[in-house]
Amino acid sequence: MADWLSPAEWDALRLSLRVSFWATLVSLPFGLLVAHALARWRFPGHGLLNGLVHLPLVLPPVVTGYLLLLTFGRRGWVGQWLDQWFGIVFAFRWTGAVLAAAIMAFPLMVRAIRLSVEAVDPRLEQAAGTLGASGPWVWATVTLPLILPGVIAGAVLAFAKAMGEFGATITFVSNIPGQTQTLPSAIYSFLQVPGGEAPAARLVVISVVVAMSALVASEWLARRAMRRVQGR
Amino acid sequence: MSLSVALRHRFAGFSLDVSIDAPPGVTVLFGHSGSGKSTVLNAVAGLLRPNAGRVVVDGTVLTDTARRIHLPPHRRRLGVIFQDGRLFPHLTVRQNLRYGRWFSPRAARRTAEAAVVEMLGIGSLLDRAPATLSGGERQRVAIGRALLAEPRLILADEPLSALDDDRKAEILPYLERLRDDWRVPMLYVSHSPAEVARIATTVVMLDAGRITRMGPAAEVLADPAAAGPGREAGAVIEATVAAHHPDGVTELRAGGRPLFLPTLAAPPGTRLRLRIAAADVMLARGQPQGLSALNILPGIVESVTDRGGAVLVRLSTGAGPILSRITRRSALQLGIAPGEALTAIVKSVAHDAADVGRAPRDDA
Repeated sequence: MADWLSPAEWDALRLSLRVSFWATLVSLPFGLLVAHALARWRFPGHGLLNGLVHLPLVLPPVVTGYLLLLTFGRRGWVGQWLDQWFGIVFAFRWTGAVLAAAIMAFPLMVRAIRLSVEAVDPRLEQAAGTLGASGPWVWATVTLPLILPGVIAGAVLAFAKAMGEFGATITFVSNIPGQTQTLPSAIYSFLQVPGGEAPAARLVVISVVVAMSALVASEWLARRAMRRVQGR
Repeated sequence: MSLSVALRHRFAGFSLDVSIDAPPGVTVLFGHSGSGKSTVLNAVAGLLRPNAGRVVVDGTVLTDTARRIHLPPHRRRLGVIFQDGRLFPHLTVRQNLRYGRWFSPRAARRTAEAAVVEMLGIGSLLDRAPATLSGGERQRVAIGRALLAEPRLILADEPLSALDDDRKAEILPYLERLRDDWRVPMLYVSHSPAEVARIATTVVMLDAGRITRMGPAAEVLADPAAAGPGREAGAVIEATVAAHHPDGVTELRAGGRPLFLPTLAAPPGTRLRLRIAAADVMLARGQPQGLSALNILPGIVESVTDRGGAVLVRLSTGAGPILSRITRRSALQLGIAPGEALTAIVKSVAHDAADVGRAPRDDA
């Protein structure tokens, strides 16, 4: 069944799935934290954090990629330090693609979660407190179940966005087949060579299918969770 | 149970300064909106940190600003029944009931879930979601949830005010059972005189952040000086069901005097507490003849109090003190003065269904 895609195409698809999966998983805790901070907490720098989170949405992706390279590249001030002390390298590795995809998808995730956090009635959390639940328990037993639809929607949206990320990824980690060549990078490469239209078309179809499935799945999961939350 | 509260708190344009030592039973904080009653309840619940004050329940200090003690709500073990129920929408009724239990200390778990479910009549609702319940059902579940958390004290924040009159009448008996059968101490916030008359053993009247009157319910409600305007004024008397007559009338005895009410469901021997609105009591000299009113109580005038155009007469009868609101002109024409013997004609005992309730136990 595997022969309708060439090994190179398979590599690109597998890598994209892996990158998107990890990008979503790793950014989820941060997404929850930032969404709560923006929705609930008042602190100096609230507006700055909000702007920072949304920056990748409005910056040219190539700029985001370049800034990542400056920061997390081998000579970047964070990258150098991470390499030296932990042996973690982002530049030109698949992990770098994860970082780029996570940052580009972050605003979408935060927006979805933030909306659901704002919709939670704080008086329910107060009631849970009077029944003996401490802060973390209130969050785990009341807040989290109530925001779950938003969290699922945000995560699936982030996954779909990560699957399609191109500009920041190619700038930050280049386009190395088998290592950093994700689906969009592979499509780009195929379109640069004569006779590449057929493989490119196959990957385009896959991209469309993956993106559509993600959207449909996110809608379905969110609606199911919403029904559960509203108790119907 | 003992509850002792001393609080001082300031908001913009409002200051609260109260000190309450509540005996066992149901202590009702009664007052109009803005009187500070909910602020007191929130401070006891730990939802509000007072500027200065002390809250002690059963010897446990919950708040003491002088010693910088202010336990968070989850460490106070107080069950709160909120006005709007606040059931968790993502949990079933059963899961809602068990929520607080899970956090209660194992050693304190004495209340049997089955008994609570039975008492509140919510057995058929256990697998339902809160969104599918009626307002009255929701409030019953909220009562059960608070009770099963094994609280030292239940705090009720106007638990009936979001319900219509029929639903109120549906919930009140459950609160009475909490008071009489379960002996749950309660701090209850209300602005409804009928509710106070039904469930209070102690009344604390609040106005603009100060306590204006505090004492046993029957005493405070029969105090003309503390009586509210219009239909709000009214005393409570205790009576025992004597017999059900076939013509649709239930005969009660109150201090040896008969009282007649439209048929009640309570069996003979049941002790009831009745609220008699001052506006429903007429006064006459001598034994009036040819009246349609069935309930006539002879008594002695104790006091005559001028209250904004009308006069409140407090009459001591065999059934206990009752209040009558009459016009100043009638008071002058009858020449009513303390010490005189008069007859009270009660147009209707217990005007509303909600005005008849169980009498609290004497030892409550």
